[in-house]
Amino acid sequence: MNSGTGVAARILGTYAVIYVAYLYVPVLFLPLFSFNDSIYISFPLRGWTMKWYETMLANGALHRALINSLKVGIATAFISTVLGILGARAVTRYRLPGQKPVVAMIMLPLVVPEIILAMALLMVILRAGGSLGLVSIAAGHILLCVPFAMVVLMSRFEGFDRSLEESSQDLGENAWWTFWRVTFPNVLPGIVASLLLTFTISFDEFIMAFFLGSTEPTLPVFMWNQLRFPRLLPGVLALGACILIASVFIVLVAEWFRRRNTPETQSGDMIIG
Amino acid sequence: MDNAFIDIVGVSKLFGTVTAVDNISVSIRQGEFFSLLGPSGCGKTTLLRILGGLEMPGSGKVMIDGQDITHMPAHLRPTNMVFQNYAIFPHLNVEQNVAYGLRRQKLSREEQVEKVSSALAMVKLEGFEKRGADEMSGGQKQRVALARALIKRPKVLLLDEPLGALDKKLREEMQIELRMLQQQVGITFVFVTHDQEEALTLSDRVAVMNEGRILQMDSPRQIYERPGSREVADFIGQMNLLEGVVQSVGDVVTVKASALGEVSVSENDQGVNVGDAVTLAVRPENLRLRSDSEPGAVPVTLAASAFWGHTTYYRVTAEGADAESLDVAQQDYRGPERAGDQAWLCFDTGDLLLLKDQS
Repeated sequence: MNSGTGVAARILGTYAVIYVAYLYVPVLFLPLFSFNDSIYISFPLRGWTMKWYETMLANGALHRALINSLKVGIATAFISTVLGILGARAVTRYRLPGQKPVVAMIMLPLVVPEIILAMALLMVILRAGGSLGLVSIAAGHILLCVPFAMVVLMSRFEGFDRSLEESSQDLGENAWWTFWRVTFPNVLPGIVASLLLTFTISFDEFIMAFFLGSTEPTLPVFMWNQLRFPRLLPGVLALGACILIASVFIVLVAEWFRRRNTPETQSGDMIIG
Repeated sequence: MDNAFIDIVGVSKLFGTVTAVDNISVSIRQGEFFSLLGPSGCGKTTLLRILGGLEMPGSGKVMIDGQDITHMPAHLRPTNMVFQNYAIFPHLNVEQNVAYGLRRQKLSREEQVEKVSSALAMVKLEGFEKRGADEMSGGQKQRVALARALIKRPKVLLLDEPLGALDKKLREEMQIELRMLQQQVGITFVFVTHDQEEALTLSDRVAVMNEGRILQMDSPRQIYERPGSREVADFIGQMNLLEGVVQSVGDVVTVKASALGEVSVSENDQGVNVGDAVTLAVRPENLRLRSDSEPGAVPVTLAASAFWGHTTYYRVTAEGADAESLDVAQQDYRGPERAGDQAWLCFDTGDLLLLKDQS
């Protein structure tokens, strides 16, 4: 019996190692080859160089693509989180007629294939005489991100005791001040998590950005364009390495906020905050 | 009531099809400690929340200090509430919690610190200013909630089962403190509880509630000694309830009760007629056991006894009484006290309370 569980444990261990390697080793090749002094991605490495990073920094089109992605990402994160706050508060605080079907409809983009949504949106926008560009991309991204924002925020609102808001009103604050002094600080970790999550989704989203974009590409579309030219590949690797580091940083920040459940008490000067 | 400070007139509240508060009218005096007592779901908390503006009544009128506040939103009312779960703001420390309601008063930093520390002194929490919300025991949270409400100097303090979550010893301590605090600040307290002992200990007056209605509203002594109905008698304290039939009416009413035989009792404003089915209520402490017969005593058989420290409870059955049993609370009975032993039950007819059965 002992040897039986030993074999099982060894198989499980091997599986775990292979799984983790499959997950991370290809990703780690990205920064590795971005320092390789060759346009070909193959071993042995030819020598260390920073020139791909230098060409990346000098690439004006890349800068514009990055700015475009940041614009779309920030707008998407902000708007979908605000919509998420309003929606999550409504469905957790009030009993609304037809609440379940309404919530299901909001969540639908999570399961509808993105390419269907992108094509449908493209047709509607063109039919309505709208123009394609960063605004239409952001509109598509908001559609995708609102369900994620709702999920994150609903769990935060549900864990929040309603009598705290009642207590605030009882102590003389109207609905507006009650929101800012009690509700907002208590759901803040959820809001930050929602902002980071929706920004990340928007930042690396390709299909919507490809369908609904115009001549001004976002970063993922720009990278895809670059991949068609082999000599540009190492530059894309350098860019990928930078994005990788930024993503890890964002995830760590989000995690830190999520764990910070009870914010520390502020200094005496903030007594009424 | 002429000098009513809080006047609740014909207030009703429905939740869907459930009537939580059913046409209740109550008048409360200034500075009174008034309790709403009843089992859970009797509407007492709903009535309290209507006073605080957290629920709006479906019909009726609420006045405080001559002002009609029926439709006034909670944040403008001259009332403050201590919530059942204390509702301490988890993102603020003790000082910030207590000062929460002061924002609109635009006090200087010094004035505010002074107000907070005197409020904390009132609830014996000096030096707790920087303590976090999650670093306090239930009793301490309770005190913070009290200080946070009292710092606003409300005309009426509403308390929703504030002692319910505390252990027995702490609860009894807090009861005494709460009563002293109320006398010290002179604010009208409206206190909701399901604990009858707590209501009787603390209150100037008690309203006993059930199913959205007030069954009886009186001083604790009246409620205890002269319950007006079988429902109240059954709810408040230990009570023997004996079935009987009215034999004759007049200055006194004669009732034939199977357990006690024929007894004469006062009419107790019940308006009974010959042949009515009634209940005779008598407290265990008003019954006595004797080992020897005396005039008016009823022969009984002991069924069980239980030693409670300050008293001993005996369960006895009267002879020929279809096993209807009575409880007797007595400290000084020294006769035979094993199950099956014989004894004599004595009582003053003045301690028997006549209650008409509801038809």
